[in-house]
Order: sequence, then C-alpha cells, then structure tokens
Amino acid sequence: MPNFIDRRLNPKDKSLGNRQRFLRRARDELKRAINDRVRSGKIETADQDQIIPIPRKGIGEPTFQRAPHTGRREEVLPGNKTFGTGDRIPRPAAGGGKGSDPSSSGDGEDDFQFVLSREEVLDLFFEDLELPDLVKHNLKEVVTFRPRRAGYTMSGNPTSISVGRTMFNSFGRRIALRRPKQAEIDDLAAELKKLEGERRPSAATLQRIMVLREDLATLARRRKLIPYIDPIDIRFNRFEPQPVPNANAVMFCLMDVSGSMGEREKDLAKRFFVLLHLFLKRRYEKTDIVFIRHTHEASEVDEDTFFYSTQSGGTVVSTALEEMLRVIRERYPSKDWNIYAAQASDGDNIPNDSERCVSILDKTLMRLCQYYAYVEIIDERESEMFRHADNGTSLWNAYREVGAEWPNFAMTRIAKPSDIYPVFHELFAKAPAPAKRG
Amino acid sequence: MENRAKSSQLLFTSSDWNFDDLSRAYEAIKEIAVDELRLDFYPNQIEVISSEQMLDAYSSIGMPLMYQHWSFGKHFVHESNLYRKGRMGLAYELVINSNPCITYLMEENTMALQTLVIAHASFGHNHFFKNNYLFQQWTDAGAILAYMEFAKSYIARCEERYGPAAVEAVLDAAHSLMPQAVFRYRRRPRLSVEREQARIRERLEHEERTFSDLWRTLPQAPEAEAPRGVETDMSERQSAIEYPEENLLYFLEKYSPVLKSWQREILRIVRVIAQYFYPQRQTKVMNEGCATFTHYTIMNRLFDKGQISEGTMLEVLQNHSNVVFQPSFDDPRYGGLNPYTLGFNMMRDIQRICTEPTAEDRDWFPDFAGNGDWCGTLLDAWATHRDESFIRQFLSPALIRDMRLFSLQEEASDPYYEVTAIHDERGYERVRSRLADNYDVGVTQPDIQAVDADLKGDRKLRIKHTVHHGTTLQEDTRNETLRYIQRLWGHEVSMVGIDGTTDKTLYEVSTKDLGEKT
Repeated sequence: MPNFIDRRLNPKDKSLGNRQRFLRRARDELKRAINDRVRSGKIETADQDQIIPIPRKGIGEPTFQRAPHTGRREEVLPGNKTFGTGDRIPRPAAGGGKGSDPSSSGDGEDDFQFVLSREEVLDLFFEDLELPDLVKHNLKEVVTFRPRRAGYTMSGNPTSISVGRTMFNSFGRRIALRRPKQAEIDDLAAELKKLEGERRPSAATLQRIMVLREDLATLARRRKLIPYIDPIDIRFNRFEPQPVPNANAVMFCLMDVSGSMGEREKDLAKRFFVLLHLFLKRRYEKTDIVFIRHTHEASEVDEDTFFYSTQSGGTVVSTALEEMLRVIRERYPSKDWNIYAAQASDGDNIPNDSERCVSILDKTLMRLCQYYAYVEIIDERESEMFRHADNGTSLWNAYREVGAEWPNFAMTRIAKPSDIYPVFHELFAKAPAPAKRG
Repeated sequence: MENRAKSSQLLFTSSDWNFDDLSRAYEAIKEIAVDELRLDFYPNQIEVISSEQMLDAYSSIGMPLMYQHWSFGKHFVHESNLYRKGRMGLAYELVINSNPCITYLMEENTMALQTLVIAHASFGHNHFFKNNYLFQQWTDAGAILAYMEFAKSYIARCEERYGPAAVEAVLDAAHSLMPQAVFRYRRRPRLSVEREQARIRERLEHEERTFSDLWRTLPQAPEAEAPRGVETDMSERQSAIEYPEENLLYFLEKYSPVLKSWQREILRIVRVIAQYFYPQRQTKVMNEGCATFTHYTIMNRLFDKGQISEGTMLEVLQNHSNVVFQPSFDDPRYGGLNPYTLGFNMMRDIQRICTEPTAEDRDWFPDFAGNGDWCGTLLDAWATHRDESFIRQFLSPALIRDMRLFSLQEEASDPYYEVTAIHDERGYERVRSRLADNYDVGVTQPDIQAVDADLKGDRKLRIKHTVHHGTTLQEDTRNETLRYIQRLWGHEVSMVGIDGTTDKTLYEVSTKDLGEKT
C-alpha cells in the first residue's frame, strides 16, 4: 500500500520569496527602463500600466558554454528523406539560423516582461526623484467632498427630517407611556352617550356616568400631556462629507524654446512637467494641459511640437503670459477651473520685458491661478554661483518681487534631475491643505 | 453475464479520480510490476498537488525543499508566463530520486492519466533510480531530503547572520560553476546529514560561546603574529592542492584564500546538489525510456486483463503517443531527439530482438538475440548502463532504419554541412557511435580544469580549457563566469584555451583585463 498524501491544501506560494528576490534583483533594470520611457514617451502615458521588457543583463546566469558554430561537430538527426552519404547541404543564411543549437535556448529569456501597475511605476519613478513618502502619500489623496448618508442625528435642518425614524421613535414612546388611543376614548364616549340618553337613569347608571366622565377627562388630559410627536422623537438624516475627486484642472506648461534651451534643459523641463501632471491627474478627475512655447512670440502647441521642434529667435517671456491669459479667457473661466501653471526657462529675457511680466502676473494672472511655479534651468556649473537667491538672471530677479507678494508663487532653480524634488516639496507645503475646498 | 463479470473487474469507471480508485489502481499496477516485470523499487509516496504547486516545484529544479534564490523566482515567472499563455503544458508528474520515492500527481489529471503516471513514475523511474549503477554510486536516495532540509535552513541562517546580499553573491557565483562541480571519477564521500549538521552546529555554537565583544576593543598589538598564522595556513593549503582539478567548485571551496567558513559551506551545498543531479544528466534517455516502456507494458497488461476499459486505454494511448512524438529534423517543431522516443524505441526494439530476432539481429547482437528473456535483458541494461554506453551497445540497424537517423557534420570553416552517414550498411556503425558521443557528457561538456595557483605568491589562479575539435566557449558567458570565479577566489583568475591535439594556445584571458563588471 503506497503512502498517498494530499498536498493540495498546502500553502501555495512556496516560491514567493524567490519571486521577491528576483524582483529586487531586476529592480535597477526596471527603474532604468521606466526613466527612459518617461523621458522618451508621452507625458500623458507616464502613469499608466506599463509593460517593461527587461534585458538579460543583471539577471543572467552565466556558465561555461560551448560556442555555437565553432570547430567540428557531428550531430545525429531523425527523419532522413532524401540524403545519401556525402551529400552537402549549404549552410543556412545567418538570419534564418536553424535555432536547433541547444546553447541558444537562452534566447527565450529575452522576452521577460513585467507588467507594472501605475502604482508601481509611480513608486519607481518617484523613488528616483527622492520624493519623501509624505509627498507620495499626499499625491494619492483626493480633495473635494460630496455628502453621503451616514445614520441619524438629533439635530439638523427641517428638510432632512427622517419621517420614518421619527415616527418609529414616537410610536415606541407612545406605547411606553401608555398614551390613550383614540379607539379607547371613542368607546367610553359612546358608552357615556348611551347612558346619558336613558330616560330614567338608575342610581347605578348615574354612578357609572360619573365614573365615565372622570375617566374621559383623565384620558383627555393624558393625551394632552403625552403628545403624538414629541421633539425628542425627531431624527434627522445625517450626512458625512465623502471625499471625491475634484472637478477640473488645467495646467499651463510654459517653456522657453529659444536657442539657448538645449536637449539637457528640455529634458529637465520635461521631467518637471511630468511630475506636475501626475500630481494634478491624481487630484482631479480631469486635467487639461495647455502647452505654450515661446521665443520672441508665443503660441499654443501640441505636446510633440512643445518638446521636439526647434525654433529659434529672441526671447520675450511676456508673450507667453499674454498667450496664457488669452487661453484662460477663451476656454478656462477661473470660477470653473483650477488653474495651475508651470514655467520653465533658462532665465534669459530681453531687457525691460521682465518688468512687463511682473506686472501681468501681479495684476491678473496670480489672481486666476491656484499655483504658479517658475523653474529656472541652469547649468550645473552655475549652480554654485547662483546658490544664493539674490543673484540671478533678469527674469529671476524680477520674479522675486512676485514671489514676495503672492504665497502661491514658487520659484526654483534646477541643475540636475534630483533638484526637481524640492520644487514639489514646496508645492505641497504651500498648496492649500488637501482638506475641504468648497 | 460476461459483461458484468468484466465490468466488475474494472479498476475504475469514472474519469474523475479519488483516493480509493488510486490505491486500487496502484495495487493492480504493482502486481504486474513485481510479478511480470520483476521491478525492484523504493517504497512509494504519492502526493497530489495543484498546478500552482507544480510550477513551484518546477522552478526549484524539482526538489521539494530548496533554499531561496532569485534565479528560482526567475524560472517561476518565466514558466508561469509560458503556462498562462498556453505555450507550455505542465508535466503530468514529477518524481524525486529519494527513499521513499516521492511522486507528484497533478490534481487536474483524469483517473486514466493518474494510472499512467503512477506506472510511469512510481514504478518506471523508481526502479531506475534504485537499480542503475550511476545512481547507486553517486547519489544517496535515503539522505537527500534530509540534506536538502539542512541546506535550506543553513542558507536561511546565513542570510540572517550575514545578510541576503552576501549570501546571494556567493550563490550566484556557485551556480555558474555548477556544471563544473562534479567528481566524475572519484567516489563521492557518503553523505551523513546528521554528522554534517552536528559539525556545523558545533562550530557555530563554539563561535557564539566564545564570542566576546571585548576582544574588539583590545589594541591591535599582536599584529605581527597574525600574518604568520595566515602564512603557515596558506603553505599548508598549498601543499595539499592536487592538480589538475576539474571540480572547480570543490577546488575553490578547499583552497580559496578569501572565503569564510560559511561561504565554503555554501559552495559545498551547491556542489552536493550538482553531484546529486549528475547521474540524471547522463541517463536522460535511459531513465525516460525505462519509465515509458514500463508504463506502456503495464497499461497494456491491465487492458489485457480487463482491468481498464477501452475508453481508458484510448486516452492512455493518446497521451503515450504525445509523449513519444518525434518530429523530423526539418519539421518546425523539431527540437532535438526526443529522449522519451529514443529510449522507448530502443527498449521495444530490445524486446523484439529477444523474442523474434531477424538474421541481422543475430549478427549484431549474438549474446542476447532470441534468448526469449527480454525482461532480464532489459533489467540488466537498466542497471549497468548510461545513455552513452547503452546507445553504443544496443542501438540496432533496424531502429536506425526505422527512425531514419543520419549524421550531419558541421565544420566551422566550411560553408556547408556534410551528411556523413545514413541508414545503410556502411552507415550503421557511424550513426550509432556518433549518437553515443552526443550523449557522452565527457564530450559535450567543455573540458575545464584548475591547473595552478600560487597561494604564497601572487595568488593567481590558472584555469585550463582543453579545446576538443576546435569548439571554443561563448565569450560573454565565459567572461561573466570568470568574474564569478574571481569573486570566490578573491584574486586574479586567468584562463587559457589549449587545443587538445596540437597543444597550441588558442586564447588567453584574465580577469585583470576584463575590468569591472559593467
């Protein structure tokens, strides 16, 4: 008799530890792949599920292996049909290799693919940017509230009275305090009437009438004292505010694309915009992005043009602000939209225009915007020189005035990718607390 | 009346299995296996598992207990991807060379399939494990499960003490040397898990008992003495080395100047596992052939005795023919010779030669053709051969014709392949001997040996690769592997490729020139 054992109920995930180890091992590769992807991909897709193929490097298991097609070897194959001894078969072209070589079986591992959820993508992406957990937590939050039924309360406004609940309470109270019923009174009244109607009432009847009258009076008094509905019976429907994603947001991306902005500057700007976009997308049901680029004149463009086309010319920053103002007036009334703006520039501007920018911001734009971030992209070598906020380009100096006046205006310099994070830290610290808003 | 008598003999009628049916089928199979096939096997332990668990078992190279390593996770992901996409079916069973012999059955199998699998694994493979000389010589079926238990907990303990990253570094390197971690000629020392465990435990406990944090605070006065200790240690080791050594992992374990004792122990564990699987690598055709032949014979006997129905037999045959399906070399499905087919065909052929030989068979196999005792002939072959010698002795011209085998030579310098032998009078010998060569691990594995290490001098380790027939190594994996060896050796490692016939140096590579891992 063999020993039969039913193992089906044993815990299943025996290899869970191994899989986690594998993921940890592959993590660096994944991170690199995601960063590449975000840099090269469209902004909008940055926080969708991603299928990431990972190359074998880092997860390979090398051993000493015979190189295919070297030296002399003789193999035995089945299914000969027409060959005779001494026949020669031309070597197949390199592209159409036979693939029957055992050592090429490792190729199958090339298609190792991970499907990462957007949470995982964001985690990996933020990790690279050194966002603290606190910030990640905020990102995941939602902002506006909608009332939701949540039991009953003793107080409230008359429109939310819960009739059913109120009657339920009053009924219980009436039974408990033995409030006389209408039928009871009617019975007594009928009997009284009948007795009173007798022509020649006996002494007993008169006695009975007296009792009945007294009883009726008592009952009437009780009914008066114990009301049908007492204020303590009344219940109101209770509503709790439930967080729901806020409605509409629009982000304006303003970028200087004049000749001085190179690939590096654009890459940094793009990373910045990706993050800002993610933030908005998580807070609001719908985020519109408006791309505005400018040289000496500004225009609204699509994403591809925004990042990849080169256009050169002088730099007049105020044109971008005016363009933004125009778009807001046309399509995004500020009472319906949360308006965010991010401006990236290398800080160059023609003389006298910076003052104009300040006045546009001061007079109109800052009143309309929820938040305005100015990011100046500088050379890494300059970052030392510009460490103090006092020194800077003409635009920087001009914007400092705006920053002093408006709490929802932030300005920072970025020299390398890891600098982007402080900007967001500021954003979260300064933005109205993610509690109730309207 | 006759019908009823027949149906009452059936072992089972439903296609769903249950434990009663299983044990009835088991007993019936055992009767045939013992009385008619004269099989001799370890006691059986049959375990039913789900497909998820089967994938788990797959990824840990088929062992029920295994230490944790990312590469097993990688295989799991890979295989479950294939499985989910439907590109790979799972094996119906998995069998472990242990005493008692553990067979895993998948719960999804039908009753017919379970019967087939029990005959295949619990009797076919089991008999082979117990009786083949390689398994007897190299593996210790009684001790392996306990040893794996020890290995698993030892490595888990190391991870706790030294951190998973440090353990992983050693395991990565050790795994890459697994093919070079077997003794091919020397008898391996007998495993005694209890002794092993006691030894390790004692050492650890001693370390823990004598550990005192105070020592760390002592001034480093006896500095001058320490190197002398190391020096004598090294010269002792140096004189103990025997060259050449082809078991690289053993060599590193014993003589590496940098490894700590727990790291040596891990190398030892990996080495023991590699050695345990060494016979399986050499007997794939025979092992599978033996199991397939066993299930085929037993199922047919069950059917003849009226113990299984026509429907069951049909299902069995369908599965059987899937298992032994051999596409031709020009078929897109072709992926090498199917060991099941080759083994099964050869054993059926031996059966035929024993019972109804032709003149040709009498000519080629005078010692057993027509002896009538196919069972005894097979039992003897199973016990005393490995793939290479089995093919060299038993592959008959009739089977070469049947499978239309031909041998094809590839010379790197020629723009063509040449057909060197086909299934004709001139070709039989050559086809047979080339096929045997292809199953000889001595020929298929690269010949790599540690030849020199100067422990007292620059500590450079020299490895020699003897190149046969001009077949070199793939450069990228070779360099990666050398880096791993350097990790274990701690100093420069160089490898030289020498042509086996001309003694010419074909290449020379050193970890010094490889640079850091990119």
